[in-house]
Amino acid sequence: MKSFITYIKGIIEGLISLVKGLSVTGGYFFKPGTTWTQQYPNNRKELKMFDMFKGEVIMPHNEHNEHKCTGCGICEINCPNGSIEIIPASIVNEEGKKQRIIDKHIYHLGMCTFCGLCVKTCPSQALAFGQEFEHAVFDRSKLNKVLNQPGSKLMKGVV
Amino acid sequence: MEFSIYDLTSFTHWIDSSLRASMSPGWAVAVEMIIIGVALLVFYALIGLFLVYAERKVCALMQNRLGPNRVGPGGIFQTVADLVKLLFVELVPIKNADKILFNVAPFIVIIASVMAIGALPFAKGLHAIDLNIGIFYLMAVSSMGVIGVLLAGWSSNNKYSLIGAMRSGAQIVSYELSVGLALVTMVVLAGTMQLSEMIEAQRWGWFIFKGHIPAVTAFVVYIVAGTAETNRGPFDLAEAESELTAGYHTEYSGIKFALFFLAEYINMFIVAAIAATVFLGGWMPLHVFGWDGFNKVMDFIPPFVWFLGKTFGVVFLMMWLKWTFPRLRIDQLLTLEWKYLLPLNIFNLLLMATLVLVGWHW
Amino acid sequence: MEEAVINVPLEKEEYIINMGPQHPSTHGVLRLVVSLRGEMVQNVEPHIGYVHRGIEKMCENLTYAQIIHLTDRMDYLSAHINNEAVCLAVEKALDIEVSDRVKYIRTILSELTRIQSHQLFWATYGMDLGGLTCFFYGLRDREMILDIFEETCGGRLIVSYNCPGGLMNDIHPNFQKRTKDFIKYFRKTLPEYDRLLTGNVIFRERLKDIGIINREDAIAWGLTGPVGRGSGFSCDVRKHNPYSAYNKVTFKEILYNEGDSLHRYQVRMDEMWESMNIIEQLIDNIPEGPYAAKMKPVIKLPEGEYWQSVETARGELGVYIVSDGNKYPYRVKFRSPNFVNLAPLNKLAAGFKIADLVAINGSLDLVIPDLDR
Repeated sequence: MKSFITYIKGIIEGLISLVKGLSVTGGYFFKPGTTWTQQYPNNRKELKMFDMFKGEVIMPHNEHNEHKCTGCGICEINCPNGSIEIIPASIVNEEGKKQRIIDKHIYHLGMCTFCGLCVKTCPSQALAFGQEFEHAVFDRSKLNKVLNQPGSKLMKGVV
Repeated sequence: MEFSIYDLTSFTHWIDSSLRASMSPGWAVAVEMIIIGVALLVFYALIGLFLVYAERKVCALMQNRLGPNRVGPGGIFQTVADLVKLLFVELVPIKNADKILFNVAPFIVIIASVMAIGALPFAKGLHAIDLNIGIFYLMAVSSMGVIGVLLAGWSSNNKYSLIGAMRSGAQIVSYELSVGLALVTMVVLAGTMQLSEMIEAQRWGWFIFKGHIPAVTAFVVYIVAGTAETNRGPFDLAEAESELTAGYHTEYSGIKFALFFLAEYINMFIVAAIAATVFLGGWMPLHVFGWDGFNKVMDFIPPFVWFLGKTFGVVFLMMWLKWTFPRLRIDQLLTLEWKYLLPLNIFNLLLMATLVLVGWHW
Repeated sequence: MEEAVINVPLEKEEYIINMGPQHPSTHGVLRLVVSLRGEMVQNVEPHIGYVHRGIEKMCENLTYAQIIHLTDRMDYLSAHINNEAVCLAVEKALDIEVSDRVKYIRTILSELTRIQSHQLFWATYGMDLGGLTCFFYGLRDREMILDIFEETCGGRLIVSYNCPGGLMNDIHPNFQKRTKDFIKYFRKTLPEYDRLLTGNVIFRERLKDIGIINREDAIAWGLTGPVGRGSGFSCDVRKHNPYSAYNKVTFKEILYNEGDSLHRYQVRMDEMWESMNIIEQLIDNIPEGPYAAKMKPVIKLPEGEYWQSVETARGELGVYIVSDGNKYPYRVKFRSPNFVNLAPLNKLAAGFKIADLVAINGSLDLVIPDLDR
């Protein structure tokens, strides 16, 4: 008799748990306005990443096309896998001494691991993270970027 | 000629008499068979397309996301696009597979389901064939599908397919029993196996109300056993994607896979249609004895709308079950049938027989 | 490439099935060579190494600040906790005391990581067993935590937020509000998970008494994390060797004695509640202070061996650094919890059915990149 009662109890408890589960999914079905889905390619205008989002490494330039990179090479030393190559050049500055400036700051987006060490250890805060996230290209050479724009010079007063 | 959408017997008689008037009786019957066959196949295809789209939308809404919404307005042409893609897929031939059985298997499943559709009453008079052993015929014919499944698993020359097909075979054969007993319970209440007579008997109350407790129990058991029959829902161990790739139809590609897929949805439709006919009154509107105004409003809606509405309601219930519950393991599935559903069914049958004899039904 | 030799002695009527490296339910790239008789599993042999990237070897050529970003990619679902492990080891070696602010923030982020990992566990476990809606609910709620990470640390999965001495940058002003909103939302949503899956009779029957390992065996095999605690082995590093701010909060260590898959699952669900309690105790009291201690530009550890263990979402992760005084470590060894948790799979699964193998594998909650490093 006892096993019969456990049998019946088992059936009833099982059915109740099943109905509870149905109520969860049923609740979502009958409230279709609560979906969080964003329809991606249509909402590009409203899509804004957070300020600290690590999209890619960029070198911010001000309105006079000047940047802060002195070509010291500390970012290249700190990068764990060699995604940065600094190509320096040498000019003669106003005081008549030879000064090293940056010729090309090559950044391999395809190899970057987004660890943030280059941004953190730059002594003149020349690098920052940009919020661009659509990096897919058809040609791999487009992933090797030169961060300093052509014709830009070093800002005054940067060590 | 008075045609009304409420009684299509006049329409079918008109077709029959005009055919017999213009050609010999044998030819008339042959042409009628061709017309019915084409109509059923077209209906089959349309229902399949609609059900696949409906399933994707229903499951998306339950999962708190949007379903297909790009191909066509609201995504209604998604299934058509999938079908066109499946037509272009390469049919990979299997080495060492039994070629004849491999190619025949999907068709057997389709044939079984088309034969079952032929016996269903869609509206008053819209009946391909009205056998006086309607329920018996339906149960017999839907058992033929299991042959296709077993053949598919065996002839694929693949361990996974074989395991899946064997599991599925055991499952379908066991649950046939529960389906049959649940339907027999309603036959006891109705007193006849002929489907059109059963529907006439539900004019003043659907059987699920007339038979109260045993009928509701029989309905629940039938839904559970019906989903197990069609390898759907929490009983889809045979095609468990996360365990054994795709079970018995692993090796099928392209249009043959589309046939299996379509057959599964049509089987679901057939199970739901039989439930709607036997338990919920088929094409009979909801009448309450004594409320004449209400009955007139209910009669205004055409019968095939009632039939399709009830069927799709039951289909929604089956989809709801599939997308909520995890899968049962094979031994739990068989335990459920032999230790829980079968005793319940037998007890229910006795209860229903007592009710009919004593007269406690409405 | 020569075929790997399969060392499974076969009897008559046995056949071998390969749940190959690409399979929907082995979480990651794990190859299980299963020998079956009918439906019963006789022997399971895991083949690992498909994601081996040589992280420990790479660490020998990188400075201590540079090895943090590699630990992100080991157990990617516990990224913060992995970073914290290495930072704590380096700080212990150099005898640096970080400010309380850093400790509080590290603890809050670790607990958020733990919740997020268990949410993913729930989602994929439900999906493995056939309840496909669980996947969407779990991931939808996980998005809220990933938004918190993205706003403060800059990345969703790969964070690299800790560095030796403290944090890379200070937290965002929205951090506290977002975390409190999330906790309020999740306290209402977690009972839904229980209604949908935990209480479900089908789910419980699938998992009860499957894959049992008792307490002595758990200690002998060295199982930690929810796998060990489900068998009654009290192994929570946060309780026994507290680090960061764990000695300032009160929380329960979840222990069950049955040792089957259902209780391993239940440990993780209860841990989510405890993590929310911990975060609530800390979130309003973050003290002011510097977000990083002053460190030399080039970090050199004194000669010697240093060990630090932390509690990730999967078990005890240990970092063992051997230094010979240079700026590069001589050897870094990670004691990975997943590698140890995979070991008793044969003992757990033998004698059960193949559907149970999927359930047991899911209840161990493995992340294969951590196994292979």
